[in-house]
Amino acid sequence: MNKNWWKILSVLLLVYTIIAGFLLDVPRLPILNETIRNLYFHVCMWFGMMILFTVSFVYSIKYLKSFDYRKDIIASSFANVGILFGILGYLTGILWVNVTWITDQSQSLGSVLKEPKLIGAAIALLIYGAYFVLRGSFTDIDKRARISAVYNIFAFAMLFPSIWIIPRIVGSLHPGAPGSDTGNPALDRKDLDGAMRAVFYPAVIGWTLLGVWIAGLKIRIEILKNKNIINE
Amino acid sequence: MNKIVSLILLLFISISTHAQNEIEMADTMRSNGKIYTVVAVCLTILFGLFFYVFTLDKKISRLEKENNTKL
Repeated sequence: MNKNWWKILSVLLLVYTIIAGFLLDVPRLPILNETIRNLYFHVCMWFGMMILFTVSFVYSIKYLKSFDYRKDIIASSFANVGILFGILGYLTGILWVNVTWITDQSQSLGSVLKEPKLIGAAIALLIYGAYFVLRGSFTDIDKRARISAVYNIFAFAMLFPSIWIIPRIVGSLHPGAPGSDTGNPALDRKDLDGAMRAVFYPAVIGWTLLGVWIAGLKIRIEILKNKNIINE
Repeated sequence: MNKIVSLILLLFISISTHAQNEIEMADTMRSNGKIYTVVAVCLTILFGLFFYVFTLDKKISRLEKENNTKL
């Protein structure tokens, strides 16, 4: 079997996402209207980001167990693409906020900026941004790999409280907060329409595979660049 | 009696479907087929991006072969 099958799968799933995502019927909901289709794009960025950060976290632990420099390259590349997905998620979120949360009823920009999930996501992205600042500040390669691997583990530990737990405790405009139905809205059987789930899950897999593909390219370039260190 | 019940039932159904249709969706865009243009544009961009990533992948594979650094 071709070992690049998952790249083809990524292409197929994303083509399916765009065709089915734009053409299939979605629930008719007030305020959201057609923007509900953003679920296939905006939310997938965040899911992809979390999966990529999880891979990065696993490879940081693997690095600390083996001190194999390749593992450090893998961890940093996945974190890098994870940040890219996070920034894309944030930018698409801003566009979505403008038409759904800031309406002429009562919400103002001020109330939106207090949104705990926005603040939490910003904190999480800044923590990961600091990971690359930290990496850039070392000249010694071994020290850089070790300290940034430890830092990456802490960054991952901060990710879930800041984007999942805290918004659910203090309340949030995002679905899943107290007041709306409980649980994870994208995974809850009662909360997400069945027809939308048939597009949403493939979309998450497709976008994540694309992220893995790009991270893979980055890893291979870094290994090529550092082949003298690795082959020692 | 049965007729009245079914009449009321029908009335309710028509009201509920009417309420559903009041929520504005891009139905005109769908009915005149312009939505297909949007899909085509998005697919073109997607294919362009995939083509680019694919050529990069090939290039890196060739470099790996020259340098013998397979992961």
